[in-house]
Amino acid sequence: MPETFTTSSGAAANASLPPTRAVKLRINGVEKQLQLAPWTTLLDALREYLDLTGTKKGCDHGQCGACTVLVDGKRINSCLTLAVMKEGADITTIEGLGTEDNLSPLQQAFVDHDAFQCGYCTPGQICSAQGLLNEGKAKTAAEIRELMSGNLCRCGAYSNILSAVQEVLDNQKA
Amino acid sequence: MSQTNYIGKALNRVDGPAKVAGTAKYAAEFNVPGLAYGYIVNSPIAKGKITRIDAAEVLALPGVHRVFSHENVPMLAILDRSYKDDVAPGGSPFRPLHDAEIKFSLQPVALVVADTIELARYAASILKIEYEAAPHETDIETKRTKGFEPGRGKTGFTPPPPPRGNPDRELKNAVHSIDQEYVHGTQHHNPMEMFGTTVEYLGEGKLNVYDKTQGALNSQQYIRKVFGLSKEEARVISKYTGGGFGSGLRPQHQLFMAVLAALELKQSVRVTMTRQQMFSFGHRPHTLQTVKLGTNADGTLAAVQHHALHETSQFEDYTENVVNWSGMLYQCANVKLGYQLAKLDVYTPQDMRAPGAATGSFALEVAMDEMAYAAGLDPLDFRIRNYADRDQNLDKPFSSKKLRECYHEGAAKFGWEKRNPAPRSMRQGNMLVGYGMAGGVWDASQQKAGAKVSLSADGMLTVQSATNDIGTGTYTIMTQVAAEYLGLPVEAVDFQLGDTEFPAAPVQGGSWTAASIGTAVKNACEALGEKLLKQAQKMKGSPLEDAKFEDVEFVNGQLRLRLDPGQAVVIRDIVQASGETKMEADATAAPNLLKQQGYSLHAHNAVFVEVQVDEDLGTIHVTRVVNAVAAGRIINPNTARSQVLGSVVWGISMALMEETVMDHQFGRYMNHNYAEYHIPVNADIHDIDVLFVEEEDDIVNPLGVKGIGEVGLLGVAAAITNAVYHATGRRVRELPIMLDKLL
Repeated sequence: MPETFTTSSGAAANASLPPTRAVKLRINGVEKQLQLAPWTTLLDALREYLDLTGTKKGCDHGQCGACTVLVDGKRINSCLTLAVMKEGADITTIEGLGTEDNLSPLQQAFVDHDAFQCGYCTPGQICSAQGLLNEGKAKTAAEIRELMSGNLCRCGAYSNILSAVQEVLDNQKA
Repeated sequence: MSQTNYIGKALNRVDGPAKVAGTAKYAAEFNVPGLAYGYIVNSPIAKGKITRIDAAEVLALPGVHRVFSHENVPMLAILDRSYKDDVAPGGSPFRPLHDAEIKFSLQPVALVVADTIELARYAASILKIEYEAAPHETDIETKRTKGFEPGRGKTGFTPPPPPRGNPDRELKNAVHSIDQEYVHGTQHHNPMEMFGTTVEYLGEGKLNVYDKTQGALNSQQYIRKVFGLSKEEARVISKYTGGGFGSGLRPQHQLFMAVLAALELKQSVRVTMTRQQMFSFGHRPHTLQTVKLGTNADGTLAAVQHHALHETSQFEDYTENVVNWSGMLYQCANVKLGYQLAKLDVYTPQDMRAPGAATGSFALEVAMDEMAYAAGLDPLDFRIRNYADRDQNLDKPFSSKKLRECYHEGAAKFGWEKRNPAPRSMRQGNMLVGYGMAGGVWDASQQKAGAKVSLSADGMLTVQSATNDIGTGTYTIMTQVAAEYLGLPVEAVDFQLGDTEFPAAPVQGGSWTAASIGTAVKNACEALGEKLLKQAQKMKGSPLEDAKFEDVEFVNGQLRLRLDPGQAVVIRDIVQASGETKMEADATAAPNLLKQQGYSLHAHNAVFVEVQVDEDLGTIHVTRVVNAVAAGRIINPNTARSQVLGSVVWGISMALMEETVMDHQFGRYMNHNYAEYHIPVNADIHDIDVLFVEEEDDIVNPLGVKGIGEVGLLGVAAAITNAVYHATGRRVRELPIMLDKLL
C-alpha cells in the first residue's frame, strides 16, 4: 500500500487572524506611525511597511546577520524581534548611518577597502561593525574577526571587511 | 594598448556608495503600489503524486487572494522548448505547478497569494495537501554501475576527448602509480540574497519584472515563451543581484510564480523564496571520481586516467566539464578520461562557481600530491617537471600560459622552500603545521554581446548593456573601459546594465563578462569616436581636418592628434557643435574565431596553503594562502583581487565545511538552512595573498582579459587537502574534511 502524507503546520485554520494596532517606531530619529499585527517582525516592518529596504533579509532566522540594525546603539537581528516590541526604542538602520553623498566613516572605509562584492550583506556588516565600535570591546584583528562572525558574507569579503573595520577603529583611537 | 589611463587602475567600485548606504535596490525591494505577496508551498516527499489539495480554509481567510496549484493553473506553453532557458541542459525542464507528479523533495506545489507577507506565509502553512509517495532513489552510491554518457549537453559542455596513447599499458608499466577515489557531496550556492521577483503589473498584461537573475534577457525569454508575452509586455530589470555563483543563470521557481500570479490576478505580486526553499533548485552535484596516475623513473607522467560520475535529475541531463582538465594541465602522452551521469530523484544540478573544474581539479590535484609522494618528489617540482606547453586535448598551443610564473612567484611569496617534505614534521606548539599546493586551469571565453553609448552635450557618457553585476565589478570595470576609449573622466561615465531594453548580452557566467561586454563597450566607444571625429572635422577651422581615425586619440576629454597633441578639440564641444542633444553609437562584439582557431585559450592559477591542525582536537585552520593567478590583463586590481579573495574563501568552504546532506530515507536535504549548511565566517579567514602574474595576450580578445571570477577557486580545496596530509599524515579523499576524519 502506498504511503500517504499530509502537510500542514497544524495551526488552527479557523483561528482568527491577529488584529492590527497602532505602533509607533522611532527610526533614524524620525517617528513612524504604523498599523501592524503583532506577528510582523521589525525586519518586515522596515522593508515591507516603511520602504527602508537597506536592511536585508538573508535567512529570516537569525542565522546570517544581513538584517542587523542598531536598537539603542546595540546590534540586533531585526528578523528575530517583533516590531511591536520596539516601541519607544531608538532604531538605527543603514539609512540612518549616512547617505551616498555623506557616507559615515565606516561606510567610506567599506568602499575604500572593497569590503563587499554583491553588497547584499553589506548594510548588516556595517551596522554590526558600528555596534562593535559602540561596544568598545574589539582591540585586535582576531577580536574583530570573532566579533564580526555573526554576519555571513557569501562573496567572501572577510579580509577586506576586517581592514575596513580596523581602519575606523584605529582612527577612533588616534 | 600600451599606456592606459583607466584600465588597470584600482578604482573604487562605482556602485560602492549605493551599496554601503543601502540605496542599491535588489529584486524584492521594489515596493510598487498595490503589491500582493506570494508564498511557495513545497513537497515533503521526493517522488509520488499529489492526491488532494484542500484550499477551502485558506481561501476563507480574509486577505487571501488565490491558491495556485496544478489544479487551476491556466493553459500555458505546451512544448518543452518553451521552458528551456539559454543555459538549460538537455532533457525536459521542470514545469512548476504543471501536474500532480512529484519529482523531487521541496518541489514547489502551490503558491498562496495574500495581502501581506505574514498572511501569505501563515496561509501557506495551513494549506492541506495530500500526497501518495512512491519509492525514490537519491543515493548515488546505488548508481555506481549505472552511469551513462550524456549527449552534447548544455552550452559550454565538451565531452572528454578520446583516449590518447596507451593509458592502460603505461599505467601498468609505470615505476610508481596511484589509484584512488575522490568524493565531494552536494553543495548549494546560497547567495546572500534569496531569490525574489517583484512583478509590477502595468495594466493590459504589461509587466515590469524585477528579478534576481544573472541574466535579465534569459529571464525575459523564459517568461515570454511560457506565458506568451511580447518583448514589450515583459520587461525584466535586474540592477543589483545579491550574489549568484551560478544559481541565477537559470530562471528560478519564484519568477514563474510571480509572473503567473500577476497575470492571473492582474495585480503586482512579489514572491521571495525562503532560505530553506533556496535548496529546492540547482546545486553542485555529488560527484564520485577515480584518478589513476603513473610515473616513469624520471618523474614524468607515464599515464593519466580520470573518471567522474555525478548525479542529475530524472528529467534533465546536467553536464559540466569535470575530467577534461586532466588531459591538458600536465604533459602526458597516455590519457584516458571518462564522464558519466546517473539519474536520481533530485532537482537538476546547476553550474556553481567554476563548475566541473572545481570538482575535477580537487581530484586531479590531490592525486598529483599523492603521486609526488609515491614517486619521492616535491609536489611543486613534480608539477613543473610535467608542465604542459601545449594543450594536448586540442593539440594546440596556448594563446598565453604563465602557470610556470604562477608556480615560481607563488612559491617564493609563500616560502615553499621552508617546507620539510615529511608529513607530520612541522609543528608550532600543539598545532601540526602543513604546507600544500595545487593549481588549476579555466577557460578564457568570450560570448557575443552588444553595447550602446550615448554622449550628451554636457559631456556625460551613458553606456548600456543588458549584462549583470553579481558583485563581480561589472559596473566599475565597464566604466573604466568606456573612460579609457573615449578619454573621459570616470565621473563622466554612467554604465547601466540589467535591463532587457538594453543591447543584448549573455548571462553573467563563465568568467566571460569582462571579455564579452568589455569588447562590446570598446567597439561602441570606437564607433562613437569615429562619429565624433567626423563631426569635429566639420567644425570651423578644425585642427583635425585631415586626420584619419588611426591618427587621433581620446585623452582628458579631448580628441587630439596622436603625434601633435596640441591639435585638439574638446569632446563636449563636438556634441554641442553637432546641434543635437547627444551623439550615439552601438556595436556588438564576438570572438575573432579566425584569430583564435589555432590556439587554446585558458587562465591558470597556483595556490599555496598553510594549515594548522590541532593535534588533540583535529580542528583545522587555514592560516595562510597565496593564490597566484595568470588571467591576462587585470582591468581593476581592486575588484579582481576581491574576486580571488572570495574564491579562496569558497575553496576553504569547499574543503572544510560545505555539504548538503541528504537523508536518503526521505530523499530530503537535512541541513537546508544557514545554521546547518556551513560556510566560513570572518573568524575562519586568515591571511590571503593574491598575486596577479603579468600576462599579455592579444589573441583572446582585444582587451587581453581572460576573466577572474572562477579561476581563483581552482586548486584551493586540493591545496588545503594536501596541506592537511602534510600536517597530519592523514590523506582525506572525501570533502568536506571535518575533524572526525582526522581523529
